[in-house]
Amino acid sequence: MGLVHEIDFGTPVSKSEKQVTLTVDGFTVTVPEGTSVMRASMEAGIEVPKLCATDMVDAFGSCRLCLVEIEGRAGTPASCTTPVTPGMVVHTQTSRLKDIRKGVMELYISDHPLDCLTCAANGDCELQDMAGAVGLRDVRYGYDGDNHVFAKRNGGENFNWMAKDESNPYFTYDPAKCIVCSRCVRACEEVQGTFALTIEGRGFGSRVSAGMQEAFIDSECVSCGACVQACPTATLQEKSVIQIGQPEHSVVTTCAYCGVGCSFKAEMRGEELVRMVPWKDGKANRGHSCVKGRFAYGYATHRERILNPMIREKITDPWREVSWEEAISHTVKEFRRIQYQYGRGAIGGITSSRCTNEETYLVQKIIRQGFRNNNVDTCARVCHSPTGYGLGQTYGTSAGTQDFDSVEHTDVALIIGANPAAAHPVFASRLKKRLRAGAKLIVIDPRRTEMVKSPHIEAAHHLALKPGTNVAVVTAMAHVIVTEGLFNEAFIRERCDWSEFQDYIEFVADPRHAPEEVEKISGVPAETIRGAARLYATGGNAAIYYGLGVTEHSQGSTTVIGIANLAMMTGNIGRRGVGVNPLRGQNNVQGSCDMGSFPHELPGYRHISGDAVRDIYDSLWGVKLDEEPGLRIPNMLDAAVDGTFKGIYIQGEDILQSDPDTSHVSAGLAAMECVVVQDLFLNETANYAHVFLPGSTFLEKDGTFTNAERRINRVRKVMTPKNGYADWEVTQMLAQEMGLNWNYQHPSEIMDEIAKTTPSFAFVSYDRLEKLGSVQWPCNEKAPEGTPIMHIGGFVRGKGKFIRTEYVATDEKTGPRFPLLLTTGRILSQYNVGAQTRRTENVAWHPEDLLEIHPHDAENRGLRDGDWVRLQSRAGQTTLRAQITDRVSPGVVYTTFHHPDTQANVITTDFSDWATNCPEYKVTAVQVAPSNGPTDWQKDYNDQARQSRRITGRMEAAE
Amino acid sequence: MSHDDENRMSTKQKLVYMANQIATFFDSKPHDERVEGIAEHINKFWDPRMRRQFLEMLAAGGAGMKPTVIEAGAKIRPPKQDAA
Repeated sequence: MGLVHEIDFGTPVSKSEKQVTLTVDGFTVTVPEGTSVMRASMEAGIEVPKLCATDMVDAFGSCRLCLVEIEGRAGTPASCTTPVTPGMVVHTQTSRLKDIRKGVMELYISDHPLDCLTCAANGDCELQDMAGAVGLRDVRYGYDGDNHVFAKRNGGENFNWMAKDESNPYFTYDPAKCIVCSRCVRACEEVQGTFALTIEGRGFGSRVSAGMQEAFIDSECVSCGACVQACPTATLQEKSVIQIGQPEHSVVTTCAYCGVGCSFKAEMRGEELVRMVPWKDGKANRGHSCVKGRFAYGYATHRERILNPMIREKITDPWREVSWEEAISHTVKEFRRIQYQYGRGAIGGITSSRCTNEETYLVQKIIRQGFRNNNVDTCARVCHSPTGYGLGQTYGTSAGTQDFDSVEHTDVALIIGANPAAAHPVFASRLKKRLRAGAKLIVIDPRRTEMVKSPHIEAAHHLALKPGTNVAVVTAMAHVIVTEGLFNEAFIRERCDWSEFQDYIEFVADPRHAPEEVEKISGVPAETIRGAARLYATGGNAAIYYGLGVTEHSQGSTTVIGIANLAMMTGNIGRRGVGVNPLRGQNNVQGSCDMGSFPHELPGYRHISGDAVRDIYDSLWGVKLDEEPGLRIPNMLDAAVDGTFKGIYIQGEDILQSDPDTSHVSAGLAAMECVVVQDLFLNETANYAHVFLPGSTFLEKDGTFTNAERRINRVRKVMTPKNGYADWEVTQMLAQEMGLNWNYQHPSEIMDEIAKTTPSFAFVSYDRLEKLGSVQWPCNEKAPEGTPIMHIGGFVRGKGKFIRTEYVATDEKTGPRFPLLLTTGRILSQYNVGAQTRRTENVAWHPEDLLEIHPHDAENRGLRDGDWVRLQSRAGQTTLRAQITDRVSPGVVYTTFHHPDTQANVITTDFSDWATNCPEYKVTAVQVAPSNGPTDWQKDYNDQARQSRRITGRMEAAE
Repeated sequence: MSHDDENRMSTKQKLVYMANQIATFFDSKPHDERVEGIAEHINKFWDPRMRRQFLEMLAAGGAGMKPTVIEAGAKIRPPKQDAA
């Protein structure tokens, strides 16, 4: 197997279309104009010695090792900073160059420890390689002179020496090993865009410094790992490599965190994971990563993972470990009993956005084929279901229109209700890179996020609207575009229904949609709305990126429609650099929607009422599918409380923590007779479960994830499932117990069934994925290699459809009892309900959820930074600590929902999107008051959770 | 437990609320499309037991329902007996 080797070309690729031919050491090579001599040499297969160059960052020319001689030119130019010219004749190895290089290396090594045998980078050190490459045999200067290597010198302190910084939980910084190539500093700037690192001092005193000589953990560093990757020595080194040693083989797989879907090399030693390294050829991430994907995989081997199936009669009983056979047969017996007693529709299930497409497909299949109803839903219900509805109605597909590469051609980025820097960090880095190159940015968000202003990034317009007024603001932008004649008439006439646009004009041109009117409701100055609209309409290629701040509202679907309208009327659809891009939350939320996880749709977004579609499955599965739509998650809970819904199979989803109005969710779960939870851990929902089926991690199975750009990426097994089975195998066992004729030997066979039955996946197969690396659906006869950009030349539904978007104020209103508006969000180091990230060292950055409150509101309530506060809505109350900041506007408070101790969803209400029942997480009227500590509710909850996690014969499980 | 029960809707209240929300979206459309749109949306996305409860409430006078919701009621598909 061996390691997946990647060639380092030394400098980034040139995208010029003009080709240049030159000669390197007698070999002729043709490369794009703008390529460096170093890269051209590497293309010809000749590796010029180098230290400060690597192809993830621009050339710098500081190490003086990559010098070459060029015929007709004086001196010895650095090959990394010298662009190729036609007919150039390059020599990379001459006696003059050999002498210079050896001299340079001699100086480097004179100030470097010689502990190679015990060094963590042994075997993976470029300094070592270069010493070998130049034939360094002796260091004439000795090691006793001025140096950065030894703590003591001449019997006293060596003030040039700096101690190792081990403050970051995942990597160490050892200044003694630093050669000041500045690759880390440049990676932090150019790739990540955080600018946390710098070179301080000058000459011999130059040092890499995090922030202002701070420890890494205290600096602005976001622990993305780009610097560690860039470092040619052991100066910045993964702690896992220090502990374990160098990996011996690696497997390319896909990250199981956010919807960016980064490709990683899982670098292994046997079945032990040594480290995750972003894969350069990964088309979503292009070799970059964030703290979660790069480092936060420790949950996979966490001691709290449950590895044996368990059952119990009542949720007040302790768990009893049983065999897989017993757990499976008990589950099926219970489900059949419930259906016999209460009716066919009394059970259902939830597919997981964290599981693979194949696993999700099987869960909806067992429900439709085995349960014989359509009571299947997925967590997209609570995040992007309005995207499905809105984009489906207007464009004809329920997905983003672009690939991530498209951002490199964007001139104006409009971010609405999303904070990619926290929730989609690798995409944020790619966007920031484009912004630093001159693209403009508009942010619509109640909060001043990191995207609004961060080093070398500043939004041209920040529309800090009042939560719940998205539709008004987006419609006001449309008003400006229409009334100022900034729309693209040619595009609309060609691609959309002109009469529908006329109707839309009539609607939107009305003065009630003017920015001056909307200012009164949204709090955004009219001029800012006008400026943003003009920039979006006239600034060149304009792309919209949006998140849950759009969807999780009573009018979530309406805002999505409004966004689709904006892109259509300005012609920003159907080519590179533009489009409408929902930033999907979880790794496979796109895939779980594609795979027919919604109660009204079969795979590929085909409504269940369609006879022709049902026929495909009826004949393949040998059953008559129910033609009625099933229950959505909130409806399931309502039906449970009403007594008509009694059993549920939940794969990889923690609805008790992630869904709104916790009290209502727990009441629904408590009313059921058989709750089956399949997960890695005893999550919050499992407190109400009767059967627990242990799940497997993404490292333990084969499959595919589909990211936010519709890209189907392979997930590859690198270790044996600790629980014994991949999740798809568990579902298959349940199906077999139900008497269904399932016999999949490998997930590729499940994908073959998906391809056979779903037109947009017709050409998807594991063979094709192996060949192409990844593919974006639709992938079929019309697009055998997939579809990076959709709606080219016309919309999927035919003509693009303009739909009126009337603003309706949410019924969740502030008043004397609840005068503030709570909105919720994410933080970089944590993921979703935190079940995974809380079980990693990521807690170093975010040990608890905090309530952000404006100084003005804090002052009124006598709150100081760090005080315990009670947060109360009409649904419930909780306590947490306050953080006073003007990132939020007066009247608005903000928190995250990563920690079950806080349970932010105790506060959120049962209001939801009109079209999809997506909960209104983003607007809750609340009151905030000083508090002494956790509420009774929190204490009761913790007691109940502790009680319910007892396992017979085991010590109490600790959270 | 600070479960504020008097502020929480029952399933039936919720169904009326949801139907009215759907009607509100279609308010900006011409009358026929409005009624058609509401009915189509409910037929497409509501499971049989939700429609049954809704139709029962409608038969009992449709208290709290917007006029367009009541009008759309005639086009809402009654669930088959065995469905749930």
